[in-house]
Amino acid sequence: MLIWVLFKMALRSLVTHKLRTFLTALGIIIGVASVISMISIGEGARLQTLNTISKFGTNIISIKPGQQKSRHVTTGKVDTLTLDDANFIENNTPLITGVAAQVYRSSQLKFENKNTNTTVRGTGPSYARVANFTLDRGRYFNDEEVRSAQRVCVVGSTVLKNIFEGINPLGKTIKVDGKNFLVIGVTASKGALSWFDPDDQIFIPVTTAQKRVFGMKHIQSIDVQAAKIEDLEIIKEDISRFLRQRHNILEGQEDDFYVQNSSEFLNSWGNAAKTFTYLLGGIAGISLMVGGIGIMNIMLVSVTERTREIGIRKAIGAKKKEILQQFLIESVLISFLGGGIGILLGIAISRIVSNIGGWETIVSTQSIILAFGFSVMIGVFFGFYPANKAANLNPIDALRYE
Amino acid sequence: MIEVERLAKIYQIGEQKVTALAGVDFSIDKGEFVAIMGPSGSGKSTLMNLLGCLDLPSSGVYRLENLDIQGLKADQLAEVRNRRIGFVFQNFNLLPRATAQENTELPLLYGRVPNASQIALEALERVGLSHRAKHKPTELSGGERQRVAIARALVNRPAIILADEPTGNLDSITGAEIMKLFHDLNRESVTLILVTHEPEIAQQAKRIIQMRDGKIVSDEINVVMPC
Repeated sequence: MLIWVLFKMALRSLVTHKLRTFLTALGIIIGVASVISMISIGEGARLQTLNTISKFGTNIISIKPGQQKSRHVTTGKVDTLTLDDANFIENNTPLITGVAAQVYRSSQLKFENKNTNTTVRGTGPSYARVANFTLDRGRYFNDEEVRSAQRVCVVGSTVLKNIFEGINPLGKTIKVDGKNFLVIGVTASKGALSWFDPDDQIFIPVTTAQKRVFGMKHIQSIDVQAAKIEDLEIIKEDISRFLRQRHNILEGQEDDFYVQNSSEFLNSWGNAAKTFTYLLGGIAGISLMVGGIGIMNIMLVSVTERTREIGIRKAIGAKKKEILQQFLIESVLISFLGGGIGILLGIAISRIVSNIGGWETIVSTQSIILAFGFSVMIGVFFGFYPANKAANLNPIDALRYE
Repeated sequence: MIEVERLAKIYQIGEQKVTALAGVDFSIDKGEFVAIMGPSGSGKSTLMNLLGCLDLPSSGVYRLENLDIQGLKADQLAEVRNRRIGFVFQNFNLLPRATAQENTELPLLYGRVPNASQIALEALERVGLSHRAKHKPTELSGGERQRVAIARALVNRPAIILADEPTGNLDSITGAEIMKLFHDLNRESVTLILVTHEPEIAQQAKRIIQMRDGKIVSDEINVVMPC
């Protein structure tokens, strides 16, 4: 077959100019390798973040007090949610498995002579389940302790590390804003996000927090856990209706609370991370383009160098198409070669980044197909102009070319 | 086999029109051995390009094996060159990186003729070079290279072989050998057209066409001296 012969000829000409072929392919190698490694790093970062975020639970609806606006002027009320609201939601909303009202504030902890600042979170007994905390030691406080506003607390693992330093905290007494609390449990570590460490907090009964520590009547947040993710929207609507009723909000007036679905948060985070990945991939794609220009450059040189060869081929009967094919095969071969080596290099780079940076990377099949397909397309695209130039040479001039 | 009527080629160089070929008429029959002679600028190269279907005339008629060449498109011309014309050039024009056999095969490949390597080998045998089939042009002597070029010209059984100063780059002994090969081929009724400015070479043809200023000044039968 002629195409096979053309392929062999192209291969021979590439082998003859080994260094030139390699340098030309290098542009594509670097381009493909950077596309693959950048996307793998971006994807790794995205999944790692999402994994950590989803540890907080994905089937959570979070209610926050909102600012009531009248005639676009904010009237600054942020104490619209009460413990009664939470109880009402818990008792009247179908399809839910838990409600956790919360108040929180940064406070000083003291154990013996050690101090630390941490978030003190007042919650109910179902908070551990709703927020996806498991207990490492001891127990969580129960309904009775919440009802009677007992001074008991459960500490996070970061707090444990900061002030107990290897001492078993169970049964010990710590001071929260100067008041004594009995430690009854320790939560298992969830791992920190860059902006927030869920293990750096202690949990106390919400009633205790309101009456004895913070001195407030309202609550700052209600987390509602849905039995199934599919029901999140219905539950959201129910909650909005209940709260509008209870807060006496008339039709046409805006809510004095926010209801947010955790999977929405997760989605928006995921999208932001995706954009980051695309950005990285796009920048890497530019280097692939530059590699393509390198191919075009070398192919133009090659066409000029081989003007006489083209003349000979035309004189003995090569048609335009056949000359075009020959040179296109060469440029595509270069980009194929570059793409292949680039994939291996890209995988190697993301492995190295994983090992050295301790950063998870994910080499996806899609990114490999994308980068490889793109590089072959670049071979065709940037090879076409030189190949066309060769195909359109006048045989007489080409034969005379010195 | 070849019929040429009022064939003319006019080049436009800037604003100036240069008449390279001013309307020539002749015909060549199968099995002829024709030498086209003339000083440089006489139009013989232009005529050679036209006869070789490398270029199209500005006016006039060129019929090759009853096929009208004027008016053909580039790819059709390529096909005519491939099937009906064999070229032999002064500077051999072989592909430097291909072996003798691969060079000889090339017209067959472009013509999509099956069994190319076998036919190519036979053509090389005909010019006495089958033992050098696997050698590249750089490993061959000038005479051997020209033999490869002749094998390549022959391999597609063309209607005519056009040789442009085929001995110009060879010493006289090798040149004589190449001319002997042409005689042998002509005896096997291959039609030969030889373009040269060397009278000694032209004298070996059976017919000599003399050109000057784009016109034919003489067209005579030549009595071939035994060589």
